[in-house]
Amino acid sequence: MTEMNEKLVFERPRSVIDRPTHYCPGCHHGIAHRLIGELFDEMGLAENTLMVTSIGCSVFLYNYLNADAVEAPHGRAPAVATGVKRARPDKFVFTYQGDGDLASIGMAEIMHAANRGEKMCVVFVNNTVYGMTGGQMAPTTMIGQITTTTPAGRCQTHEGAPIRMTEIIASLGGTAFAARGALNTVANIKKAKKYLKKAFEFQLNNTGFGFVELLSGCPTNWKMTPLAANERIANEMIPYFPLGIYKDVSEEGGVC
Amino acid sequence: MTKTSERIFVKGNEAIARGALAAKCKCFFGYPITPQNDIPEFMSSEIIKAGGDFVQAESEVAAANMLLGAGASGVRAMTSSSSPGIALKQEAISYMAGSEVPAVIVNMTRGGPGLGDIGPAQGDYYQSTRGGGHGDYRHFTLGPGTVQEAYDLTIRAFDIAFKYRTPVLILGDAILGQMKEPIVPWEPTDVDEDAGRDWAITGRTGGREKRLIKSLFLDEGALAEQNKHLQAKYDSWKDLTEAEQFETEDADLIVCAYGSIGRIAKSAVRKFRKDGHKVGLFRPITLYPFPSDELKALAEQGKRFLTIEHNLGQMVDDVRLAIRTVADSDFYPIYPGNLPTPDELEEPILKCLEGK
Ligand SMILES: Cc1ncc(C[n+]2csc(CCOP(=O)(O)OP(=O)(O)O)c2C)c(N)n1
Ligand code: SF4
Repeated sequence: MTEMNEKLVFERPRSVIDRPTHYCPGCHHGIAHRLIGELFDEMGLAENTLMVTSIGCSVFLYNYLNADAVEAPHGRAPAVATGVKRARPDKFVFTYQGDGDLASIGMAEIMHAANRGEKMCVVFVNNTVYGMTGGQMAPTTMIGQITTTTPAGRCQTHEGAPIRMTEIIASLGGTAFAARGALNTVANIKKAKKYLKKAFEFQLNNTGFGFVELLSGCPTNWKMTPLAANERIANEMIPYFPLGIYKDVSEEGGVC
Repeated sequence: MTKTSERIFVKGNEAIARGALAAKCKCFFGYPITPQNDIPEFMSSEIIKAGGDFVQAESEVAAANMLLGAGASGVRAMTSSSSPGIALKQEAISYMAGSEVPAVIVNMTRGGPGLGDIGPAQGDYYQSTRGGGHGDYRHFTLGPGTVQEAYDLTIRAFDIAFKYRTPVLILGDAILGQMKEPIVPWEPTDVDEDAGRDWAITGRTGGREKRLIKSLFLDEGALAEQNKHLQAKYDSWKDLTEAEQFETEDADLIVCAYGSIGRIAKSAVRKFRKDGHKVGLFRPITLYPFPSDELKALAEQGKRFLTIEHNLGQMVDDVRLAIRTVADSDFYPIYPGNLPTPDELEEPILKCLEGK
């Protein structure tokens, strides 16, 4: 009897593969994957998608999402994706990159793919640290943040200031859409999904380059509980990396 | 099946670009560097007219990674560069070898090390035949010696790349790239442009299983298996070796040289033959796999060897490895920064003939 009255309110998106996660408890990569999986289902993208995965904790994206994928060298995902999209212009192409990958070793590739207006999307997971290699300083590491290579905390005069990628990408001519969301609260997750959807739509309409930064937690390397990590995003990261849409050419009248 | 057309008079660089188009190359990714600029310049208009795409990348690193993406998508794609640029492409080449992505890479070499000069040299032989990037891998390496051969081998490079899912390197130099010669262009009519249908990432159309192109193998024993598989593939190339043999049959002394130097050495050998000296030429065309068996067969006939290269001794290692159980090879280096003429090669050949 009770079974018949139960209403299913939450299930695994069909495009997300049913397998145990390898991410640490409280890591936000899994939430980002889920949002993409939901959009695959809602937008009917799974069969039309070619994913370009990068180096870092998220290299196994291809184990969780049911779509074709190619693995790129560290930082080169936007170049690999350029090759994929030029070879198969009718496919939906996106990269998924961490902050070490995208804002450090891959700075040239991301800037030029955006500037050329490659018809692809980039999902940028910013957790202010190199996760996979054990918590070293990233280009987005906050001033004062302790990492394994900034044991006294990041110091601006020694290590430079944290790089704000969405602002930079928004300033480039080929960018059609650039936004920054966060994955620390339900409200922010919902908003982040809207940004991702919008970026995906720009590609489907063949408008230009779409970029979505997601402020994410790395409780393991931050040495925090998952809840404290969520609070750190709200209290420290969001004030320096403000959320919102930085470029939307549909509102600007288009550049292409 | 082939289709040929009228003779044309073109530079080696243009012959390579035309060969690629004849082979139905659909994507080209380039970055300017002398002496190969004619290739991307030609492609920037011609590949678009042929319904393909051209990108001037922000760096050689990016160009090679674009190639990785296009190749993984099952599309015939190419990049070209010269020595310092090829050094930058090694990261992606190792990944292409590891994840078995077919692609063609052209190296019109210049003098090194470092920025060197923009003149011809053969200093990239080790890098080309040993695997210039990280890990245990090899790629097919072709060393054309004439403009026609540059055209022909470019077409062959695409076939090998797709048949074996491997990056293929065409190793030329500034002489070959800048030299103009008449060639007879031809077009293969049996190119399967859908050759990646069984493995490439093309989208799960129709709900097929997803595909991964990757070089990361973390499970216990998985990387060992992948390396075994790669080595078996490289071993299977042994039967594909190719070399030009010129007047080798009755020769006492065999000059071993490849590419442009092979061709210059051929002129020197002709001159010696005219003067009644028993000199022959062995010019490897596949540099990896190296035509060791053919060379060893000559050594077993009791012939002597002189290797001449436009570097300080690289291919001579392969020559010696091939003949080591029966003979040895002398070596004559042409220093990068110098342009050799057939006359210059006469003295070392004569010295060798006289057993000095
Ligand atoms: C050329 C190269 N240099 C360094 C590495 C080592 N490496 C692997 S993951 C990584 C950092 C990834 O950090 P990030 O992009 O922030 O991703 P996260 O792990 O935090 O998700 C590095 C440096 C590599 N794989 N390749
Ligand atoms: S190390 Fe950090 S980024 Fe990597 S899985 Fe763990 S929490 Fe996530």
